[in-house]
Amino acid sequence: MSILGLIFFLLAGGMLAWVSQRISEELPRWMALASLFASVFFLFYLADEPNSAGIFSEYNAPWIDRFGISFSFVMDGLSLALVALTIFLGFISVYAAWRQIKERTGFFYFNLLWTLAGVVGVFTAFDLFLFFFFWEVMLIPMYFLIAIWGHENKSYAALKFFLFTQISGLFLLAAIVALAYFNYSSSGELTFNYFRLLEANLPGNIEYLLMLGFFIAFVVKLPAAPFHTWLPDAHTQAPTAGSVILAGILLKTGAYGLLRFVIPLFPEASMDFRWFAMALGAFSVVYGGYLAYSQSDFKRLVAYSSISHMGFVLLGIFAWNQMAIQGSIVQMVAHGFSSAALFMMAGELQDRLHTRDMAKMGGIWMRAPRMGATALFFVAASLGMPGLGTFVGEFLILMGVFKVDIFLTIVAALGIIIAAVYSLVLMQKTFQGSSAVGRPEDISFPDFGIREMQAMLVMAIALIILGVYPQPLLDLTLPFVDGLEGVGR
Amino acid sequence: MSMDLLWLVPILPLLGSAILISSQGRLGQTAAALVGSGSVVLSAFVALLVGIDFLAQGGVPYSLKMWEWMDVGGFNPAFTLYLDGLSLVMVSVITGVGSLIHIYATGYMAGEEGYARFFAYMNLFVFAMLMLVLGDNLLVLYLGWEGVGLCSYLLIGFYHQDAANGLAARKAFVVTRVGDTAMALGLFLLFRELGSLEIQEVLVGANNLWAGGSSIVTAIALLLLGGAVGKSAQIPLQTWLPDAMAGPTPVSALIHAATMVTAGVYLIARMHDVYLLSPVAQLVVAIVGLLTLFISAFTALVQTDIKRVLAYSTMSQIGYMFLALGVGAWSAAVFHLMTHAFFKALLFLAAGSVILAMHHEQNIFRMGGLWRKLPVPFISMLIGSAALAALPLTSGFYSKDLILLTSWEYEYTGELFWLFSAIAAFVTSLYSTRLIGVVFFGSSASEVEDKSGLNMSLPLCILSVLALGGGWFGFSIVDNVLPDQGIYGVSHDGILPLVTAGIPIVGVAFGYLIFVRKIRLFSFWRESILIQKLNAFLFQGWGFDTLYDRIIVSPFIRVAKANSRDVIDRAYDFIVVLVRGANQIFTATQTGRLRWYALNMALGISIILLILLEVL
Repeated sequence: MSILGLIFFLLAGGMLAWVSQRISEELPRWMALASLFASVFFLFYLADEPNSAGIFSEYNAPWIDRFGISFSFVMDGLSLALVALTIFLGFISVYAAWRQIKERTGFFYFNLLWTLAGVVGVFTAFDLFLFFFFWEVMLIPMYFLIAIWGHENKSYAALKFFLFTQISGLFLLAAIVALAYFNYSSSGELTFNYFRLLEANLPGNIEYLLMLGFFIAFVVKLPAAPFHTWLPDAHTQAPTAGSVILAGILLKTGAYGLLRFVIPLFPEASMDFRWFAMALGAFSVVYGGYLAYSQSDFKRLVAYSSISHMGFVLLGIFAWNQMAIQGSIVQMVAHGFSSAALFMMAGELQDRLHTRDMAKMGGIWMRAPRMGATALFFVAASLGMPGLGTFVGEFLILMGVFKVDIFLTIVAALGIIIAAVYSLVLMQKTFQGSSAVGRPEDISFPDFGIREMQAMLVMAIALIILGVYPQPLLDLTLPFVDGLEGVGR
Repeated sequence: MSMDLLWLVPILPLLGSAILISSQGRLGQTAAALVGSGSVVLSAFVALLVGIDFLAQGGVPYSLKMWEWMDVGGFNPAFTLYLDGLSLVMVSVITGVGSLIHIYATGYMAGEEGYARFFAYMNLFVFAMLMLVLGDNLLVLYLGWEGVGLCSYLLIGFYHQDAANGLAARKAFVVTRVGDTAMALGLFLLFRELGSLEIQEVLVGANNLWAGGSSIVTAIALLLLGGAVGKSAQIPLQTWLPDAMAGPTPVSALIHAATMVTAGVYLIARMHDVYLLSPVAQLVVAIVGLLTLFISAFTALVQTDIKRVLAYSTMSQIGYMFLALGVGAWSAAVFHLMTHAFFKALLFLAAGSVILAMHHEQNIFRMGGLWRKLPVPFISMLIGSAALAALPLTSGFYSKDLILLTSWEYEYTGELFWLFSAIAAFVTSLYSTRLIGVVFFGSSASEVEDKSGLNMSLPLCILSVLALGGGWFGFSIVDNVLPDQGIYGVSHDGILPLVTAGIPIVGVAFGYLIFVRKIRLFSFWRESILIQKLNAFLFQGWGFDTLYDRIIVSPFIRVAKANSRDVIDRAYDFIVVLVRGANQIFTATQTGRLRWYALNMALGISIILLILLEVL
């Protein structure tokens, strides 16, 4: 029941935010904040003792009985971790939008909350039809966020984002329907229920095809090279809050899909396919990192670095052992914090300088030491400094992958070197060097205030905790990882 | 049990750093100096208590578990501090020399912008370095390893307004990270084979598993060596260290001379069982050391920047330590690490005083005749140089002598190892004398202003005492720290020890004639183009930078520039072009003329009919 409450409050909060704009332009953001607080309440309520199967809560109700479609929600450790991340970054994005968004605030927060609701639905839906429903729910509001409140090239970016996701979503839909059909023809039961479909008996080549349908949709979302090109544009053009959600949460739905659906539903086909998937991951790590280095736009650089970081996740998932998969989960969460913070930084810089071009930056540390120190911290996180969550993720992934394939480990390890290069270039071009911002009296360049520091500090602390004591997260997701078929230690 | 206080040793500097960072520059200089140096001094004091207790209890290794880092799939590293003889030596050097350098820095950095930031980084560095040497798990060691790298980066680029410093800092970080990545692969391999990264378990496991030798253990040893050569600036990853001199001089003293750059030596010493199992890897260690000590000694001879002379000299001295590790003189390597920390920190700090007095002039040829005006730096530098040159009775003599004599007995062409390191030792004494001669004697420089107060002179005096006398008590400290293949077996009979001890004296004598008395030896070939070219080649550090630039950096940048718009995205653009093209073609068919439509319909119908007929 409470999962439903969680989603309901986000959806309803979005509606209220939209309506409340008629009263005041300020009200929608308060509505958004209120509904996020409500969902935190539900989350705490949910995060009680799990049952023996590691499930915290579930909800089942019929929806379209005729086709075996139901409202079936389950919250296990993996879902809980990702939903918590979603709500947390929801706060961060509301914070990021607080002063930046001044037009059509009602519709903005509506879209923001509906995206979040869609993501929560994706992370908890255990009916494949329902899952696809939420998959679409999170897409369309995101499209609007980019298309309406984005920067100079927003319609191009929004359309590209929409097309990539929609076309890959088509593969997903086809694969879901086909899966239900093949299950129906072998078992005689028409159902979209996740647990029932786990037992589906599929002919080998069909399994392979369906697996590919799922895989493509999730890998486009992740994204892995060469399906990544929507992301740099979408990120660069999105408003800060949009980038935070996009990088922090939306990308994780791709990784979640791989973990939750591709491997459990099609274990044999995935096993056959794993080398290719891992190679794709390793290629993304290096290619994304290399392109990050080539960028001169702050946000584009961070966007490409996301591709590199998510490549690690893909690599780890298909390494198919506990260490690598748990590493991938840590990496997902840690990247949520680090990329969100870096996109916030990009937004704050753009607000002050009206540019994202790093060639026009430089020497900002002198003007805004707090921004400099904050940026330094998250740059260190991005290059995988031990003691921070990103290191735990990457190290566990590589260590797990090493057991399976030494060559790909070496390729991905090159990505760590490149990460150092692009992260430090980012730091140097913007915050160090001689000042390109002009003299203090020429332009007002306020440093971070208490408000900004609070948001950044929370994310920094989260990264440190993940970095030195990731055990709670590991324990939370262990039942899920243990339950994956054929996953060795 | 004061040993239980061990956790305070790394935590105090971390706390100092945290206080300085959270003060956000609002702390005054006095307060920042107090926190910054006080935390390290306190840490040194605790380390002293712990060390006394440790020795009183007979030197039994002691470990203190703080908490379990993680537990995943059989991998359960913990934050455990491990104290044995080796880590005690390292901790003493780090906190002891570290304290002196911090105190010195309170004077050196006075009035600089970012004073608190400086000490925040320095304290963080000391914390990371202590974690490196105290971690009982290779993952904790790796945490310290990367941590010192980050702090080194931050401090090299401390004057960040100058883009060149940023470049030097980035170079240092990236080059060492190449080595770190090799090391990480070594850790993966170790874990795959032994199922643990806990150092003591690994050493025992390695001895059990690969007692007869194995290519895997060689691979592990070589991968770890990759990390060590990066951090310790050995060939082929040595190019970052000379540029790292862009940092403030106390940084060069602490990080790029006394502590961080010796981390590679520590790593190999710590993992000595693994190296003992692989004679091949040990040979490689010895060769790396020999090449580096030889090449950089010659480079130091022609440098004109006082800090670059010392930087190349540091590389060379660490080369001696690697040579010692390679030939199995474990204790001698650690011994030289310790004495080198004393005299090289002294040299750098004395150089710092000179640089400060010369208003940040670093070219030695613009100095000269300073001995009267700067007596304390002069005497300090004299002592430091004597120890560097390994003149008998100084600390450097004892440790270097051991290394040279052991290398003679090395089973694979030990005589050659001795010969080349002896030549380098000769060159070392030559450039040490050159440094003293050019800086302190000769025509006197004009604007000199001794700015060093007691907080700068006192550390110099203490370090002078250590650099002179460190050898007398040193060996009893490092003895038994590691198993030796015969330190005491080294024979001091015959002519060899005399020759070895005599080399520095001859070198200094030559140096005196050339650089102080300015006797123009071989003046006829000094002018030749060949020699000038050789000089330029040596000056650039034997062309490594140019080589790397040509084969790695330039191609990397060129490809990045060419592909900055992402060739994959262009491929998608092609789809767009196709769709647009198709759109134009089909739009063109929509003419709005009835005749055209009728024609097309007729055409279509006839084609369909034809197809149907064919099928039928």
